[in-house]
Amino acid sequence: MSLLPPDMDEAGFAAFLEELRGTVGADWVWSGEADMFPYRDSFSPVWNTGEERHASAAVAPENVEQVSEVVRIARRHRVPLFPISTGKNFGYGGPSPNVNGSVVLDLKRMNRVIEVNEERAYCLVEPGVSYFDLYREIQERGLKLMLDCPDPGWGSPVGNSLERGVGYTMPHFRDHFGAHCGMEVVLPDGEVMRTGMGALPGSDTWQEYPYGFGPDPAGLFAQGNFGVVTKMGFRLLPLPEYYRSALITVPRRRDFVKLVNHVNYLSDSGLIGEVEYGSPLSALMGNADFMALATRTGGPSDAEMDAAASDAGLHNWQVELQFFGPEKATLENWHYAKDRILSDIPGAASFEGDHFPMPATEEQLNNTTQPWQTSIKRRRSLGVPSLGAWKIVRDDGHVGFFPVLPRTGEAVFEVQRVLGDAMKEFPTLPPFFNALTTPLFWHTHTFQMVFAPSIKHDDPAHNAITHAAMKKCVAVAAEHGWGDYRAAPIYQDDVAGTYSFNNHILRRFHEQLKDAIDPDGIIAPGRGGIWPRRFRA
Amino acid sequence: MSIRLTLGTLAASTLLLGVAAAREPVRDIERADLPGQQVFARQCAPCHGTGPGDDGSPMLPGTAALAAKYEGALPAALELRSDLSAPVLTLFVRRGSGAMPMFRKAELTDAQIEELAAYLAATAALNTPATD
Ligand SMILES: Cc1cc2nc3c(=O)[nH]c(=O)nc-3n(C[C@H](O)[C@H](O)[C@H](O)COP(=O)(O)OP(=O)(O)OC[C@H]3O[C@@H](n4cnc5c(N)ncnc54)[C@H](O)[C@@H]3O)c2cc1C
Repeated sequence: MSLLPPDMDEAGFAAFLEELRGTVGADWVWSGEADMFPYRDSFSPVWNTGEERHASAAVAPENVEQVSEVVRIARRHRVPLFPISTGKNFGYGGPSPNVNGSVVLDLKRMNRVIEVNEERAYCLVEPGVSYFDLYREIQERGLKLMLDCPDPGWGSPVGNSLERGVGYTMPHFRDHFGAHCGMEVVLPDGEVMRTGMGALPGSDTWQEYPYGFGPDPAGLFAQGNFGVVTKMGFRLLPLPEYYRSALITVPRRRDFVKLVNHVNYLSDSGLIGEVEYGSPLSALMGNADFMALATRTGGPSDAEMDAAASDAGLHNWQVELQFFGPEKATLENWHYAKDRILSDIPGAASFEGDHFPMPATEEQLNNTTQPWQTSIKRRRSLGVPSLGAWKIVRDDGHVGFFPVLPRTGEAVFEVQRVLGDAMKEFPTLPPFFNALTTPLFWHTHTFQMVFAPSIKHDDPAHNAITHAAMKKCVAVAAEHGWGDYRAAPIYQDDVAGTYSFNNHILRRFHEQLKDAIDPDGIIAPGRGGIWPRRFRA
Repeated sequence: MSIRLTLGTLAASTLLLGVAAAREPVRDIERADLPGQQVFARQCAPCHGTGPGDDGSPMLPGTAALAAKYEGALPAALELRSDLSAPVLTLFVRRGSGAMPMFRKAELTDAQIEELAAYLAATAALNTPATD
């Protein structure tokens, strides 16, 4: 039995698909189990269960006129569309929709790099352009620009930034949505809108001033369901002249609080790029006694961790720093960072790492000469797209919960303890939260921590544990004011429900907007926890 | 409590040298000049190429996964495999395998899978040692 869009019969579905074929060509409309299999979320913890979300068909237009026409057809037939750009949203739902029977609007064929401007450091791209494509364009044209890309290079600036995805270079570029500038959107009635300066005919500043005049609706299209984005501009970094890396370690557990404050200062002052926090004590996790201490309910005391570190001749914490800019500036910034931290934290130590002119050579990109066991992933740190990160995927995939928490050492300790204790209910999962768990400094001004349990296609019991643990993490974190930054469709209602200030006014406001412009839910009903009237009924 | 560590102790315990010793030689191969070469380079090589993996990994993730799966019984690098016909490739590309997700027709067409099969067969042949 084929899956149908909501409230539709076989004949209506056939007529709808026929209209789509008439618009984009018969080769670019798919339905049926075989062609729709790749639109399933292969990282789904509800794989092959009744909770899994399936699309009924997919359509791949090649330009904005076709997108507009597809949206108009869907509106006439009241069929929900689920737009994707490159569709690689693994860990957060892959290409699968919120509503069963939705039709995936697959924008992969819209793959033009419309403009890359070297002097003014921006680009304008279509949704199907991957980070690999954009990087290749910059390299082939010999432009002195640097990208900021996520771990996997096969995703897209448009898809990734609409999920508020992250990268690994300088603070304001790591927040990919924050680094966007100007978008073109097909609205639920098929009209084409441009945001910011794009709304002013004849302006040459669409990719330089995001706001234009009046309210800026661009934010509605990130993790939202108010339109189909067909073009997006992004700010790019001028290729830095030089790269430098360094390591600082601090002896005592409490030193982390000061270390974080110093690193925040360096970052907010624009002196450093992404940092990698870690703990040299991770080397002891193979030791059962130490593991028991680091994962103990209620957490270990500072004195116990300091004693363990002292016995092992190790420091409690480390941070790897990265500097970009003219060679002399990177050296001065490193000396400043070192002096600032070492003069304030007794016993702190510093080490100089690899440094070289940019662009890096292939050997430098391979990252095998750092004089310590580094957590820096060199390619992503230098904005070079790769799929090397796929080596971290365990089993058949994973789902991700990344709570947003304050950028302080105390908050990190609290998350370690609270979520570590909460996850004791799931003893078969790895101890993601323990006394050594360090924060991720992805978004410009906040920390996140990682919870990413695996899934197995042939082990529903394992997946059920992962699923239950995800739900519990979302709930317990929210009780402490830590909210998830991004979620797969199966968790979006849970997460949206935690952002509940004043009787869920934020969600109610979104619903009012949705009802006003898309009451039938033509664009991704349910995405971001926003349901139009038709589906709330 | 204060802990005093000399730089020497710390260096001995946290610094790791000689990562390169764990790496395997990466094979240079001759590539068939066919349309499938670009398809392979863009769609498959980032995971299944013959080069080293990132940050000291000896192999790229897909190549490493196949090395672990076949334990030498078949080449880990797809470009050295002579047994990957279009139907076999279609199965893996459209149904996925383990951590490798499925690929949609919008990103890799059936015609491109045919091109891939021709390219892989020709490239494997170019790199098969002569037996006479
Ligand atoms: C090992 C691993 C490492 C990862 N590392 C990172 C990382 O470093 N940083 C990071 O951010 N993520 C990371 N991810 C998550 C994910 O793979 C990437 O974020 C990826 O870029 C998202 O897929 P995409 O770019 O193809 O976006 P898509 O899948 O195309 O889009 C994502 C979602 O945005 C919406 N959307 C997309 N396009 C449109 C449009 N045109 N109009 C309206 N709505 C749209 C849809 O709801 C869609 O589902 C990682 C995942 C794994 C498995």
